[in-house]
Formats: sequence, C-alpha cells, structure tokens
Amino acid sequence: MTGSLKKDLDLLRFCTAGSVDDGKSTLIGRLLYDSKSVFEDQMQAIERTAKRKQEDQVNLALLTDGLAAEREQGITIDVAYRYFATPKRKFIIADTPGHEQYTRNMVTGASNSDLSLILVDAKQGVLEQTRRHLALAQLLAVEHVVVCVNKMDLVDYSEARFLELSEEIQGIADQLHIKNLKIVPISALKGDMVVERGNRLDWFDGEPLLNFLETVPVQRELKEESFRFPVQLVLRPDSEFRGYAGQIGSGSVKVGDAITVFPSGLSSKVARIVTYDGDLQSAQYPQSVTITLEDEIDISRGDLLALSNEAPAVDSQFNARLCWMSETPMSLGKKYLIKMGAKVTKVMFKEIQGQLDLAHLKELPADKLELNQIARVQVKSLGALPLDDYQTHRHTGCFIVIDEMSNNTVAAGMVSLPQKAS
Amino acid sequence: MTDLKTLKQLEAESIHIMREVVAEFKNPVMLYSVGKDSSVMLRLAQKAFYPGKLPFPLMHIDTGYKFKEMYEFRDQFIKDIGANLIIHRNEDAIAAGTNPWQLGTDKCCALLKTQGLLGGLEKHEFDAAFGGARREEEKSRAKERVYSVRDEFGQWDPKNQRPEPWHLYNAQINPGESVRVFPLSNWTEVDIWQYILIENIPIVPIYYAQEREVVNRKGILIPVGENLKTKINEGEKIERVKCRFRSLGCMPCTGAVPSEATTVEEIIEEVVVARRSERENRVIDLTSDSSMEQKKREGYF
Repeated sequence: MTGSLKKDLDLLRFCTAGSVDDGKSTLIGRLLYDSKSVFEDQMQAIERTAKRKQEDQVNLALLTDGLAAEREQGITIDVAYRYFATPKRKFIIADTPGHEQYTRNMVTGASNSDLSLILVDAKQGVLEQTRRHLALAQLLAVEHVVVCVNKMDLVDYSEARFLELSEEIQGIADQLHIKNLKIVPISALKGDMVVERGNRLDWFDGEPLLNFLETVPVQRELKEESFRFPVQLVLRPDSEFRGYAGQIGSGSVKVGDAITVFPSGLSSKVARIVTYDGDLQSAQYPQSVTITLEDEIDISRGDLLALSNEAPAVDSQFNARLCWMSETPMSLGKKYLIKMGAKVTKVMFKEIQGQLDLAHLKELPADKLELNQIARVQVKSLGALPLDDYQTHRHTGCFIVIDEMSNNTVAAGMVSLPQKAS
Repeated sequence: MTDLKTLKQLEAESIHIMREVVAEFKNPVMLYSVGKDSSVMLRLAQKAFYPGKLPFPLMHIDTGYKFKEMYEFRDQFIKDIGANLIIHRNEDAIAAGTNPWQLGTDKCCALLKTQGLLGGLEKHEFDAAFGGARREEEKSRAKERVYSVRDEFGQWDPKNQRPEPWHLYNAQINPGESVRVFPLSNWTEVDIWQYILIENIPIVPIYYAQEREVVNRKGILIPVGENLKTKINEGEKIERVKCRFRSLGCMPCTGAVPSEATTVEEIIEEVVVARRSERENRVIDLTSDSSMEQKKREGYF
C-alpha cells in the first residue's frame, strides 16, 4: 500500500441502498474490514458489544450505525458517510437506510454519487424496493448502477438462481433506460466475491465487487458538457480587481472565451481565470475559480455564466420532478423559496401533473404530494431563471425547496425540459 | 465524473462551501484550534477569497490547557498570515479552577470547551461558525451535515436534520439559531496529511516524533514534564518514549502514540498503515459509547 501514498488518487463517490435485512450494513462492514479500513479500536468496540449482548458473531453493521438510537434499535436512521481507500482509488460511501419512508435519505445519498450500489436478497428475490431503488438511481441520473445479489450462501451459491434474478433485474433496468448496469453475486456475510473471489462462486466469470469499484470509469467526456458557472460572490478586494467567484458546475472554459450572463443576457469575454496558485489558461468542472471579464457589466451573486454558444433555456415557467421531504404536504399556490445554483428565489407550484409510482415504474394522476412521494409539477418562478435539464446537467438542473415559515428544506427538485429537437 | 483527483476535488468542494457561507450569513467566524485540520481549513479559506483577505475573523476557544508549542505556533502563524484572531476563554470557569482531575473529563470539556464556545459565539453574535471536524473522525460525526443547524443553546438534534442533497446548502435560519459549517466534512486523515505535504502547510511541531517523558495510562501515553500540568498517580512510572501526537487537544487529555515519524512523508506512511483510529489517544472520546454524540447534542462542534 505504501508505494502509492503520495500520489493523489481518483475518487469514487457511491451510495448504497437496500431493503431492511438484506445485508447492506454487513456488506459495507465487509468492504471496510477486508480492505483493512477498519481500525483495531473500532473493531474491539463492536466485539465488546457482541460480548455484552451475548451474540456469537460480530455484527459488522455496528461499524456504520453511528447514533445511539441506531445502535439501540438496530436500524439505520440517517445517511452516514464512510471513507475508505485502496492502493488504486479513494471511496466515499453515502450509506442510506433502505426503508420506504426514507426515500428522502436515498435521494440525498444518490444526488452526489457516481455510482449506486443496490442490494437484492438472493432468497427473497426482486422486491418492490428493488424497483424503487433502480428507479431512483435513474431519476437522480447516477451514472453507474451495480446490483449485488447478496446472501448467495442461503441459496447454495446457485448459478440458476442468480441467472433468474439477473434476467429480472436487467428487464427492469432496460425499462428504465439504465445504461451502465452490472450485476454481481455475493455473500457479504461469508465474504464471497466482495473483496476476494472465494471459491464458492467459480461459475461467475465477472470480477469481485471491489475490483469493479476500483476500475469503473469516473471520467465523463467533458466535451459533451456545456460550461456552467453559478456566481457565488463578487470579489472586489480593491478598486482594480473585480472577479466572479464560483465552482464550475459542468464543462470547461478558457481565457478569451465569449460568455453570456444569465438571466440578463449581457455578454463579454473571459479576461483571467484567477486562483491562489496562479492564473490558469483554462479550467474545468468541478474547479473553484475566480473569473474576470474584459468588460464591466452588471453581474451579481446568483447569476449564471455560460459560453455564448451554449445558452441554457431562460423561463419563469418550467416543469420539474419534486421529491417531497417534509411531513407537511406540498401546497399548490403557496410561495416557497428555491435554491438553484447560487440563486435563492420565490416560486409557486401551479399543478401536479402526475405522481411517479416508483414500484411500478409508471406515472399516476395525483392531486397531492406528501412525504417521500415524487411528482412531476409545474413551477412558476418570480422572474425568469436560466434552466438546464437535470438529466444532462446534474449540477445546475437541480434545486432545493425551502419552506419560508419553518426554514426547513422540504423538497429536492430536478428540472425537466422538453427534449430539444436536433 | 472528472479527471480531477481526490485532493483537488475536495479542495474545490471546501472552497465552494466557504464562499456560500460568506455570501449568505451576516457574521461568520472560523473556529481555529491550532491543529492540523485548522491549518488546512485556513489555507482553503485563503484560496477561497484570493486575491482578497479573509472576510471573517478566526476564534480560538482557549482552555488554558493547550501545549506550550501550540500557543507559540498560534501566535507566530496568525502574525505571518495577517489574520484577525479572537481568543475566547470561559474566564469564570478558569478562575474557579476547572480541571479534569477533580471534575472528570466530561465536565471539564463541557465547561471549558462547549460553554467556552457557546459564550464566544454569543458574545460576538456569530451566526455561522466554520469548524474543522471531519465525518471520518468519529461515528456520530459521520451523520453530520455540512451545514449543521443549532438551536439557541447550540444543540444538535441528530434525528431532526435537514436533508442536504447535491451541493445546495440551506442557509435559512430562525432568529436565535446558528449554523456550524464543516467544510472538511469529506476529508480523511490521510487526505489532510497529503494536502499538508503538497501545499507545504505549517503545522505545530509536536505532530512530529521526538523522545518525551510519558506515563502509560491504560495504553495511552500521557506526556509529563516541567511545563505540563499532568498529575502523576501513585504507582505510575515515568518512561522516555519516542512518540508523537496524532491529534491535538488539551494536555491532560491528549495522549501520544509511539512513532518514528519526523517528516510529513513519514507521518503519512504511519497513518496509512495505522491499525488504530485517529482519536484513539483522546481520553475524552472514550468515556462512553456515545461520548461525542452527547457532547455534540450539548453544543460541541
């Protein structure tokens, strides 16, 4: 391991989802334990617990359940973030509880993930939850999906059972247009095909899960993505300097590029790309930089910079998918705040166009939107906003909805624009 | 989804968080504890607002029990970078002689650190406070948000946290509430050291190994010596051991670990192969299964 220490490694962010008792926490425990990312003192702590509770097997799930209430109740309540590294790559896991009422946690976990890892119990087979998890991965535009068919030890490591389940999972994925799907048979409990191959799944010609996680591509073709730069701050340390600070949401930019400011439509050219480590000739997603322009034009926090030939749509009415995250249902016609990029503005939801039935993968008519439900709604904003479709712009096509009274985050939103005619 | 490697991605994410806070809060402050994470957080802040200066003050919650080397480093480092540092102490508790030997570590921390922090935030009416805590450090911190909303008593309610999807942070708070912001949430101990190495960031010298006089207390090496206030219990033997501090806290409650590392590279090698977690030497975390969660609920960061 020591050789690669000083080298900066690739980073893979993935989320895990599973139903109650399908062994998700055990799998994460296994990945951490077998990749030697669990420390002795942490291991000793859960061994002490096993002894106290007089259990004969150490419960690897206890490595991930951080809150006292979780350990008491033996369930995962909230998204937990775990970190591990191998000589090839660093990993951030967003571990989300799998119960239906926690859809909001899964949306949160998937929103920042490059890969979604979904568990299916080999004995129980494909459940409603499985469809739900696959549909959420697709909805959140997670690039890669891995389905682990777990507890293979309970079905005698049967190839026939695995093939049967694979076919069913593949069928659902096709229906959802999930492109990058991988299915792996594992036993998290016994450790088969997780980090080591083991010798009980010899019929499987694919690679163990960790190998796959270490090699799945995390680079997306940058040229396919248009440059988006939400302005967070206008930096004016002295009368000479006026720079726009932000993080590049997608694509890349270089000195001299013609840019347009949205929603105003004013244009200029990139003069400098400034960083503490020196000026850059070009910058790309997801760098945080400060851009100066050739002309003095009116730009403030919340505006969006884009290349002049890759303009976003600009409108005050649009459609979006909303995942409702509050116990208070959504009210049509009520004013909410949204935060989109660096812009906070008021909106109203005009109409619910349909509710997404994740378990059956279809849209149903609906007139309300409650906790953990997902619906397509029509949004009207105070003033026009630059708009990107979420499926093509994961960083600028999303927003959160805030209730002005409670100040709570009540929904996650994804802009959906009509497909452009090419 | 990028060809930026881990450290550059984490750097960009942290800078984004700091800029959001400065844009959306009236009176932010950066908690500065003199440790390695604070040093990294401070460098990231310099990057975030370059070519401008830091748009907020730093605040050190001083318990009076820090190592001499920490105070020396703090004063020199702050002078070098020209930052505005507020030093806040819970003077009433210090005057009353608060110490861990008589009160126990939990009570001592509650008075000098948690109450000290809450007092400092209140005195200056800060509505957002950056802290260098990382999710990897400890299991209750693994459940923290980047923006951790606290009530008027600074308390954390882990079961009632706002969802935080994407990189969209909700800065709307009610009067009396404040947020603790953790821009280093996704950094690991190894990331911190690698960043210190590539960025050449100054750190307190006691992170490096040297021979020290210590007593071995339940496997934790507690330093003793002239300028240290450690009480030696009956039956304890003073030994000379080559050791270093893996994380820094108050003298009576921070143990050293045996180490040969005298450079940042050597520290990274030790950390990567370490079989014990980073806070193993922090006496304050070991008092119960949920010590940190309890402290956070009471207002610790």
